[in-house]
Amino acid sequence: MAGHVSIHNVSRRFGAFAALNDVSLDIPAGELVALLGPSGSGKTTLLRIIAGLDFPDSGQVLINGEDNVARHPRERGVGFVFQHYALFRHMTVAGNVAFGLQVRPRGQRPSKAEIKARVAALLDLVQLGWLADRYPIELSGGQRQRVALARALAIEPRLLLLDEPFGALDTKVRKELGQWLRDLHHGQAITSLLVTHDQAEALELADRIVLMSQGKVEQIGTPAELYTRPASPFVLEFLGEANRIPCVIGEGGLALLAVSGHALAQSVEPGQAFASPGAVLTLYVRPHDLVLEARSDGPAVVRAIKVAGAFAKIELMLGELALTALTPLHRLPSLHLQEGSRARLIAAQGMSFSAAGAGGSVQFEAPRALVMA
Amino acid sequence: MSLADSKPGPGLDLGLGWLRRGRTRRHILPGLGLSLGITLFVLSLIVFLPTAAMVGDAATLGVGGLIRLLATSRVLGAFKVSLGCAALAALTSAVFGLLIAWVLVRTRFPFRRLADAMVDLPFALPTSVAGIALSTLYAPNGWLGSWLAPYGIRVSFTVIGVYVALTFVGLPFVVRSVQPVLQDLEAEQEEAAHMLGAGRLQIFSRVIFPAILPSLTAGFAMAFARGLGEYGSVIFISSNKPGVSEIVPLLIVNELEQFDFAGAAAIGTLMLVLSLVILCVIMLLQRLVRSSRHG
Repeated sequence: MAGHVSIHNVSRRFGAFAALNDVSLDIPAGELVALLGPSGSGKTTLLRIIAGLDFPDSGQVLINGEDNVARHPRERGVGFVFQHYALFRHMTVAGNVAFGLQVRPRGQRPSKAEIKARVAALLDLVQLGWLADRYPIELSGGQRQRVALARALAIEPRLLLLDEPFGALDTKVRKELGQWLRDLHHGQAITSLLVTHDQAEALELADRIVLMSQGKVEQIGTPAELYTRPASPFVLEFLGEANRIPCVIGEGGLALLAVSGHALAQSVEPGQAFASPGAVLTLYVRPHDLVLEARSDGPAVVRAIKVAGAFAKIELMLGELALTALTPLHRLPSLHLQEGSRARLIAAQGMSFSAAGAGGSVQFEAPRALVMA
Repeated sequence: MSLADSKPGPGLDLGLGWLRRGRTRRHILPGLGLSLGITLFVLSLIVFLPTAAMVGDAATLGVGGLIRLLATSRVLGAFKVSLGCAALAALTSAVFGLLIAWVLVRTRFPFRRLADAMVDLPFALPTSVAGIALSTLYAPNGWLGSWLAPYGIRVSFTVIGVYVALTFVGLPFVVRSVQPVLQDLEAEQEEAAHMLGAGRLQIFSRVIFPAILPSLTAGFAMAFARGLGEYGSVIFISSNKPGVSEIVPLLIVNELEQFDFAGAAAIGTLMLVLSLVILCVIMLLQRLVRSSRHG
């Protein structure tokens, strides 16, 4: 049975540094949840507290309604995968996987034949049966992490905790292993909690993301929710690049602020949170939402065009304001843009937050796009 | 034209061109031939030559003479004392050295740095000073000896004293070889074992101990070798009674004092052979442990 984790008002300090500040969180059984955040946000501390490797100064962690702290790790049913694998170097791959079964007290320990069969099945699961007699030092990073995963699964955990499991691997292996982990998770009755600082990884793999910052939970939601409806500028910017465009609330709606006299040709109704005219706010527009049209009388000047894989990154100056636009590479020729050419900008989507941080936001979508002409 | 047969690059010409002849590979490290030459020369001068001279001296006795000399009860007794005490002392050093290294690495206590520095004391102290200090301490009227005397245990001026002195000089070898390995041991391995349900004893015996075993054997071997050669501290604490508490190095000195150079050389040669054999066995064991780990 998969584990349901509920965390109540957990705080943890290291000296003067508050690693976790009154965190409450609910992780539904069977989900693959990513704990995402910059380094120092407390995500690893939270994971270690859930594992029982660290203890909260206050608060409680319940797994399926039971307090975890008092229980022996053997009874908790928690598997842990470390960033640097932490494999036992003096044991073979099979020995590593068997460890959790071999250290059980005599009464609960499976027979030698049973252990052997279980290890073989687990190694097949992680597709490493052919490496059973090798030592960790002979394996590649990706293979080592798969062994670590098989070792953690050997004790049949209800909850699998992964601390930056792909952090030490190169990009290609990381992606493959990520997808593979996702498939593995969905094939088991298990709840998985994955710590990562890589927003792309979290967006791609997780059923749900818990975004943390400075010891607090910033937002919880599905990847789509977080990306399209971020609760704060921090969430928005952490999940991907965004242009910050200073605006002022004019009489008819939003207007560009002090950008060499360019006003917005078409204005947008602000939400109710922004009722007061004259208020200054920052409009966030993601680079791929910024559409360009070559116009000799356009307000923006192309500074540089950089090809980065499937996309071309176009750097622009709108008066004093530096902006970045992203366009699919195949569309670049049809834009007829070069360094120095002028363009009109259309922000297909954008978002803003109330200055008070009350959570109010203004969003607009095509066809009511902002045109900067 | 390949790199291999291009001319030597600019740099000091040391006239060692002959070293390069016939070689197809060039080395990145400069002066390999020169440094290799110096190393071999020095090694021959200070190790090989004296050893060869000693073996040569011993050979003058002939096979029969050698056997007649070495088979005496005094020589055999000295070997028994030297080997036995050195092995027992090295074993003791291994146990307590491991414990000391563990405490120094894993715990924080006041004056830990001082305690850490004190481990090196037997390295630095003239061994005769250590011998005098130990023999006074363990003498029947000494601080420790007076406690042991009522139970009929005598340390100073017996074979137990030899063992105590050899443990004293051997201990730092074990501590200093185990300590860095223990320091580098990732805490994550222990945490992984803990998460998999292993108890403290299981974590030590199955995870930590196998990881430090190679360094522990190395420390044991060094302590043992040091014990075999130890002279200064032992002669003060031992009664040096032939066949009972006389060690081989002392026997050699005695032979020399009687101007029996060939006899001294013969005993020295046997000591050399035995030491070499023992060290080789330990090294082989160590390699066995390592190779089983790294394929």
